[in-house]
Amino acid sequence: MAKSALLKSSIGKKYWMALTGLFLCVFLVGHLVGNLQLIFGDASAFNEYALFMTTNPAVKILSYLTYLSILFHAIDGIVLTIQNKKARPIGYAKNNASSNSAWQSRNMAVLGTLILIFIATHMTNFWAKMHFSEMPLQSEIVNIQGQELEIYKTVQGQPIPANAVQMGQVEIKGTGFYETGSDFKIADGYKDLHKITIEFFKDPAYGLAFTIFYVFSMIVLAFHLLHGFKSAFQSLGANNPRYNGLITTVGNGFAIIVPLLFAIIPLYIYFVK
Amino acid sequence: MKLDSKIPNGPIDKKWSDYKNHINLVNPANKRNIDVIVVGTGLAGGSAAATLAELGYNVKAFCYQDSPRRAHSIAAQGGINASKNYQGDGDSVHRLFYDTVKGGDYRAREANVYRLAEVSENIIDQCVAQGVPFAREYGGLLDNRSFGGVQVSRTFYAKGQTGQQLLLGAYSAMNRQIGRGKIQMYNRHEMLDIVLVDGKARGIIARNLINGAIERYSAHAVVIATGGYGNVFFLSTNAMGSNVTAAWKAHKRGAYFANPCYTQIHPTCIPVSGDHQSKLTLMSESLRNDGRIWVPKKLEDAAAIREGKLKPTQLAEEDRDYYLERRYPSFGNLVPRDVASRAAKERCDAGFGVNATGEAVYLDFAAAIDRYGKEQARLQHLNENDAKVVYKLGKDVVENKYGNLFQMYEKIVDEDPYTTPMMIYPAVHYTMGGLWVDYNLMSTIEGCYVLGEANFSDHGANRLGASALMQGLADGYFVLPYTIGDYLSKDIRTGAIPTDLPEFDEAEKNVKGIIDHVLGNNGTHSVDYFHKKLGKIMWDKVGMARNAQGLTEAMSEITALREEFYKDVKVSGTADSFNQELEKALRVADYLELGELFAKDALHREESCGGHFREEHQTEDGEARRDDENFAYVAAWEYKGKPSEAVLHKEDLVFENIKLVTRSYK
Amino acid sequence: MNLTLKIWRQKNAKDKGQMVDYKINNISPDMSFLEMLDVLNNELVEKGDDPVAFDHDCREGICGMCSLFINGEAHGPDRGVTTCQLHMRMFKDGDTIYIEPFRAKAFPVIKDLVVDRTAFDKIQHAGGFISVNTSGNTQDANAIPVPKHDADRAFDAATCIGCGACVATCKNSSAMLFVSAKVSQFALLPQGKVEATERVLNMVEEMDNLGFGNCTNTGACEVECPKGISLENIARMNREYLKASFR
Repeated sequence: MAKSALLKSSIGKKYWMALTGLFLCVFLVGHLVGNLQLIFGDASAFNEYALFMTTNPAVKILSYLTYLSILFHAIDGIVLTIQNKKARPIGYAKNNASSNSAWQSRNMAVLGTLILIFIATHMTNFWAKMHFSEMPLQSEIVNIQGQELEIYKTVQGQPIPANAVQMGQVEIKGTGFYETGSDFKIADGYKDLHKITIEFFKDPAYGLAFTIFYVFSMIVLAFHLLHGFKSAFQSLGANNPRYNGLITTVGNGFAIIVPLLFAIIPLYIYFVK
Repeated sequence: MKLDSKIPNGPIDKKWSDYKNHINLVNPANKRNIDVIVVGTGLAGGSAAATLAELGYNVKAFCYQDSPRRAHSIAAQGGINASKNYQGDGDSVHRLFYDTVKGGDYRAREANVYRLAEVSENIIDQCVAQGVPFAREYGGLLDNRSFGGVQVSRTFYAKGQTGQQLLLGAYSAMNRQIGRGKIQMYNRHEMLDIVLVDGKARGIIARNLINGAIERYSAHAVVIATGGYGNVFFLSTNAMGSNVTAAWKAHKRGAYFANPCYTQIHPTCIPVSGDHQSKLTLMSESLRNDGRIWVPKKLEDAAAIREGKLKPTQLAEEDRDYYLERRYPSFGNLVPRDVASRAAKERCDAGFGVNATGEAVYLDFAAAIDRYGKEQARLQHLNENDAKVVYKLGKDVVENKYGNLFQMYEKIVDEDPYTTPMMIYPAVHYTMGGLWVDYNLMSTIEGCYVLGEANFSDHGANRLGASALMQGLADGYFVLPYTIGDYLSKDIRTGAIPTDLPEFDEAEKNVKGIIDHVLGNNGTHSVDYFHKKLGKIMWDKVGMARNAQGLTEAMSEITALREEFYKDVKVSGTADSFNQELEKALRVADYLELGELFAKDALHREESCGGHFREEHQTEDGEARRDDENFAYVAAWEYKGKPSEAVLHKEDLVFENIKLVTRSYK
Repeated sequence: MNLTLKIWRQKNAKDKGQMVDYKINNISPDMSFLEMLDVLNNELVEKGDDPVAFDHDCREGICGMCSLFINGEAHGPDRGVTTCQLHMRMFKDGDTIYIEPFRAKAFPVIKDLVVDRTAFDKIQHAGGFISVNTSGNTQDANAIPVPKHDADRAFDAATCIGCGACVATCKNSSAMLFVSAKVSQFALLPQGKVEATERVLNMVEEMDNLGFGNCTNTGACEVECPKGISLENIARMNREYLKASFR
């Protein structure tokens, strides 16, 4: 008797590749909308977005799904690649593959690996910091009755003057402002991811290298998507001459526009801000 | 031995059903103890193997190709006939029977042909149930087209790949049984001898083509379905590997060879382009539904075309000779194949040929494109006087019907057949002759059955288009499974046949002997050298038109060539490895014997009938002259050590249901 | 035309094999590629060398026996043709032509350019059929009308000749185009729908077991397929497999 093997069979693996891939495309859009705050919003908007992303329970679920998807997409991809390599132990002396298929379609594993490396560094630089390390809280200089005053922004809205911290009346534990010496939390501050980001790309020594690395990675992503987007539809069985044109157009548009907008951000920070 | 055709008594339309009602059966438990060998996996062999396995016999099936799906039935293009009368144009079992006997120039056995016509309807039902994607009309029902020599549309088709689709149907039925373990499939195995034990066919010797091993296989009956022997001409539309070896080996062991000289030369093939040519490509007969055949009317125009000074499209309508329409007004371009071929040869011999070699005529679709274009223009409410629109619409229709054939033509000839007329010339295509079989499809060797093109039975002296597929499947699906059961019912207590009998030793030694001879020969010429020489003798002297002098010469030339072959052939490689030169050598060795018998048969048949045309026997206007008084018989030849010494046995053909008349398509 | 041929020579399945150079002269552009190899082989035989083994049979593009990976492409540089229909006019005088066997773990080399494609047969044994016995009593062929559009698409899928060019071309040696052609043919016809679930599951399982790679939708198979079998068939099989998995 035949049994379906949604995890083990070659076709099953392709479904998962497609589903996780498409989900990650959705994630990319969400991520992009937030990141664009770096260009179109102020620091508060971006930090508020960052806080929302790290604390909202619904987002939490989505983010775990995203981690899982990335993991599954990568592992599945590695398994497929190993199997595919094994399927041809002796290669051709001459192979004119460019005559029958697009370069990116033949190099998804390489592109995917580069993207995985990018994700690892990207998460170390920002996500890990955001989650696990002490970060400066967002403060700003305001002008109160002709006097320049630095104040911390808080989630609750009520500002906390920086000199209160300096003078020892308020102490900062994590992201909270506490009465010194007690467990009484006055308010929560915003982690200043905005500042970290700007400084990252503006770093006098490495800023340019980081910018170039990010732009390069987005080009890699673009090629990955150029094949991946429409390929996912084919894997899921959506191939109909009536809609294929549409899928290809949307896919190509997605593959070019999304990485382009992502890439503009570091460039903007490095060259404009 | 006297030939007994074992035709059942009774009226012709009751014979088959009466026969089926009275034969012995083998019960299912006993079928499990009976082995059957089927050699060849084309339409006949494939369908037989699948059906016998379904019934419960243990089948061992053999093919020389790497998969049963590649047998040459796959190349049949046009279609398969069946008297379904779906078109309501007056078709019936009797009419199909009549057309086939008449088309065969009254040289076929009535009872067999009637049975063929009877089961033709079942074939279509069976194939559709198997998932064969026949062409359909917009209403979802099956479409038909018409073929040469008949006046109804009874041909079912799947574009230009009907043979492929039917074979894949039989192959899928085989696959089901291979999966169940009821068929043991031996790919890349070639039968090199048949083994007789106590006068009955009980096994074969086969060579494993991968490692060269000579292997023994035993069974209670042997079915030979190895196709025709057209490759005796070297150039033919057969596959490169198609061969007569299995049939010839059976002949040498006691199976009579019937009517070897009946060869079908197909009128519409792509002409020969040069000496390098290894094979000829057919253009389906269905093209004659829409194409018009012509040559220039004036010799000087033909010469100018041959020299490339004139293009066929420049020739005015009145300067063209649509010779088939002129000579045969009622059938026109759809005359039977033998008639069309001879007419083309006649024109080319008279100097009207249109390619560099002078051996080609035009098959022109301009009129069809115009006719279809106008029809479509009217249907789509477009201007039917706009030549461009009409051409485009007409071209689309023609492309839809024959697209793959046109593409194939363009790839080979490098000319666009939509704008320049196709060039065609007759080529060897099918052999109506083959091993003699009785009504049960059993040869003169007891227990050795012969199906499809390998036997002689249903097509007489000329086969109608789309009837080969019909016969192959009829034999395999619907006839053999009954007749062989009757025979095997006597074998239920025999038990497995051992392969260590002295008869197997002798046959194996025989096979090894010839292999050792050709390998150790160390001559100077390759196998192809001899095959090409044989082909030339056959084509020049035993081809489309034959005469006593040429045939006598051919016989002695072939004898001489055969002797030279055994002295001077060079075969490299070893016996115990994959060795394609050796495979060819063994096949050509048998062709060199068959060729001689072929010529001998042609020489003895002092009449013209169907594909056999003797120049001495023609009417004043060049039509064939049959001699029913002296030659209304099947010539079955018994092997006596040498082809030239073969002994003739006659099976008289009795026509009780059809009156013999001169075949006329005028 | 004068040409240099680089041909894979391998004595048998166990031999290591290597590319060997041959010079060949006076080739007519009207020859088919296989006729060019015939000329080479005739020269080799008359010199007493072992001729190059290659599969071929019908030489009219339908049996699927001929294979060959020519200049980096299955069945060579022309489109919509098998090697036997590839003509030398596709090449130029002085060209160097690489001729290799179809490469895949599931298609082991037998000798030189000849490979063993019985894996394809095995996939068909697993379900490439409709279970109907030969009885002569099946229902009338016109009892179930089939929309022309479906019948035509089933036919298009059924024109697969099983040559293996898709596997040879695919960078993953995937057999998806071949398997999907058969699955599609039957899935599109009412007669085939009855067993659709079992068929697709069994055939895919067998395909995976035989060591073919996974499809990554590069589309190379469709381009190199001599019969133009469409990728739509693969998508259809993906749908069929999904449907079957939830049945």
